[in-house]
Amino acid sequence: RAVSGSRAHRGAARAALPAAMDLFGDLRRMNKRQLYYQVLNFAMIVSSALMIWKGLIVITGSESPIVVVLSGSMEPAFHRGDLLFLTNFHDDPIRAGEIVVFKVEGRDIPIVHRVIKIHERENGNIKFLTKGDNNEVDDRGLYKEGQNWLEKKDVVGRARGFLPYVGMVTIIMNDYPKFKYALLAVMGAYVLLKRES
Amino acid sequence: LRKNVEDFTGPRERSDLGFITFDITADILNGKNGLQTFIFDWNVKQLFLYLTAEYSTRKNALNQVVLWDKIMLRGDNPRLFLKDMKTKYFFFDDGNGLKGNRNITLTLSWNVVPNAGILPLVTGSGHVSVPFPDTYETPKNY
Repeated sequence: RAVSGSRAHRGAARAALPAAMDLFGDLRRMNKRQLYYQVLNFAMIVSSALMIWKGLIVITGSESPIVVVLSGSMEPAFHRGDLLFLTNFHDDPIRAGEIVVFKVEGRDIPIVHRVIKIHERENGNIKFLTKGDNNEVDDRGLYKEGQNWLEKKDVVGRARGFLPYVGMVTIIMNDYPKFKYALLAVMGAYVLLKRES
Repeated sequence: LRKNVEDFTGPRERSDLGFITFDITADILNGKNGLQTFIFDWNVKQLFLYLTAEYSTRKNALNQVVLWDKIMLRGDNPRLFLKDMKTKYFFFDDGNGLKGNRNITLTLSWNVVPNAGILPLVTGSGHVSVPFPDTYETPKNY
C-alpha cells in the first residue's frame, strides 16, 4: 500500500477487492459533508440512467425500446434471453415479414412474432396477423377472445437490432428475486462508499 | 429469380381463398456495384425467406399475404430450386377481392438475422404477376 495518510486518487482500474478493503477504512474517516456528497453522487448516477432510458423512449417512439425475448417461439432466430432493440415510428408502415413486438389487450406480457398478413385500407387503417417462426399455427389463439387481427395500437415496436444472451440477466433477476436484491445492494454499497478526491 | 404459377380460386364462408402452386429458382447472392458478394458473411446466422403475395382490392388498398416461408441457416445451400410447391399458409383475402383480380404480385424477400446487430429486411429482385380467374372453382361432386 502507498504511503499511509495520503489520499491518493483512486483510478477506476483498481481491482474491486482491495478497493473494498480501502472503502471501509474510508467510511470511518468520512464526515457528514462527505456522506452527503456520496449520496448526491449516487443520485446523479440513478438520474442519468433514468434520463438515458427516457431519452431512448422518446427517440425510438416505443414505450419499451429494449425488450428481452422470453420464449422460444422465434427460434432459431431468437432464443430466450436475447435482447431486442425496437423502434416504433408512427410513419413506418407495417409490412409482411417484419418482426413486431405487441401486447394483447388486457395482458402485460409483450410478444415477439412476425407479421404474416396485412390488410390496409386507403385511409391507412391496417389490420394484421402474426405468427411465431417456430410455431405451427398463427397467433389467433393468443389474441383476445373474438379478436382476429391486431392493429397499430397493439404494437410496442418493430425489432430493428438484436444482441444474443445479454437479456439473460433480466430473466435471472426475475426468477430469483434474491439475486436481484443482492446485486442492487452490492452496487449501491460500492457507489455510496467509493470516494473520489 | 423466376416463378411460375397456376391457380384457381374457391370461396370459403364469405372470403375468397386462392390456391397457387409455384416454382422458385433463386440464387441468394448479394450483388453490389458489379461485385457479387456472398450474403452469408461472418455475421449472418440465418436468413428467413418468405414469399409474399401483394395486391389491392376494392375493400383494402394494400394487402400482403405470406404464402410460404423457409429458414436458411448459415451453411445451407444458397441455391433454391423448388418446383410445384403448395402454399404453406392459406391464401385468404379479407373479403372477395381475389375473384377477377388481375394483378397479384409475388415477391421473394428475406430477413437477415445476424449473430448480433441490425435486422434488415431485403426484397429479392424479380417478381411475378399472377392473375386470378373471374369465376370460382366449384367443388366437384363424386
